[in-house]
Amino acid sequence: MKIYLPNSAFLGNIDPFLRHFDSSRPNQLEITANKKWISIHPVVLSMVAALGLTVKPANIHCEKLEAASKHYLERMGLFRLLNIKSEIEITEHEPAGRFIPLTKITNSKELTKFITDMIPLLHLKPEQASPIKYIISELVRNVLEHAHARHGAIVSAQYYKKSNTIRIGIADTGVGIKETINQSHSAPTDLEAIRLALTPGITGTTRRLGGTEQNAGAGLFFIKSIAKVNRDFFLIYSGSAVYKLLKSKPGKIKLYADPFKDRHSVGEDFPFWKGTAVGIDISLDETKEFSLLLDLIRDIYIKTIKERRKEKYKRPRFI
Amino acid sequence: MIEIKLLPIVGSFAENKDLARDIRIKKIIPALETEQEVALNFKGIDSATQSFIHALISDLIRSYGTEVLDKIYFKNCSETVRKIINIVVDYMQEMD
Repeated sequence: MKIYLPNSAFLGNIDPFLRHFDSSRPNQLEITANKKWISIHPVVLSMVAALGLTVKPANIHCEKLEAASKHYLERMGLFRLLNIKSEIEITEHEPAGRFIPLTKITNSKELTKFITDMIPLLHLKPEQASPIKYIISELVRNVLEHAHARHGAIVSAQYYKKSNTIRIGIADTGVGIKETINQSHSAPTDLEAIRLALTPGITGTTRRLGGTEQNAGAGLFFIKSIAKVNRDFFLIYSGSAVYKLLKSKPGKIKLYADPFKDRHSVGEDFPFWKGTAVGIDISLDETKEFSLLLDLIRDIYIKTIKERRKEKYKRPRFI
Repeated sequence: MIEIKLLPIVGSFAENKDLARDIRIKKIIPALETEQEVALNFKGIDSATQSFIHALISDLIRSYGTEVLDKIYFKNCSETVRKIINIVVDYMQEMD
């Protein structure tokens, strides 16, 4: 496998980075980077780390990084997590208020601890913390419950002062959304599987309306809704498909059950990502009161369920 | 009526679905089976995920019917927790 870290890869301009990813020869990983500058979204880091964990440390080759910003990779814990030497010397800064380094979460207990430790690291106010805790909990639990990922979920996050934004990345190398969704639904393509996974009330664990006792099929819909209401980016990449929620234009926000009705971009010909990667931005300037957001979600969520029930309602046929 | 204080079990952010299931199976169902009412005390819990509340109560509504809501009380809920409980209860009733 080969992965190239460009000078810039954030959710708005991430497509070239994803398209350059070479998934051939899965027993090796070669990491190369822009010579001058590396400025990347945490989802990029989480993806590199998730890939690296599938390869023996001896089979990871990271070229000598020259970019002035190479220390960022060290601080975010990339080389530590992959158990390889970076030859980058830095003075470790206190991480408070800046970032959450790459963290591997493999069970429920680790997730609870991660969420507890995370908020002080990001120095968030309680009203800002609620959606972020919510997003991380739901996304990581999805990985733990559905992905069958040997290395669990790889999470990282970074606060960007200039845009006053928290950017979060979560990646796994598990079975991917298509396999999970197809346990109970019919999704012929990765993109269709992503579409179903983002639709409220649909879970891979059952065809039954209302889900199972443990799964309602609402987690990803809630997260996409949080991003939409805050007019932020949300990206999901699984198999060869990418769905990206684009920033909403000014004006009244309307939530949709069908993610394809939102302002978005999609692609179905990306290099195959075995697993799922999710990136999300949360602009703290735009963060709506979480409880107000829940009012919006409730309306569309219940409306969708009513419509779906109506679709399934059978009438007698008189001939 | 039995009261279940959730804060010591799940912490101030209620998100662990495994704990929600344990509370449902080990505490709520035995109480309901012995005709007792249950008060779920959310004091000190700032927020919860929809998944947590779903794992806590959805199967009760499915198994016992909506009448179970006459036997369960949600106490000391923050505005956020209250709204998430409403979403889950609405959702399960729409499923009936």
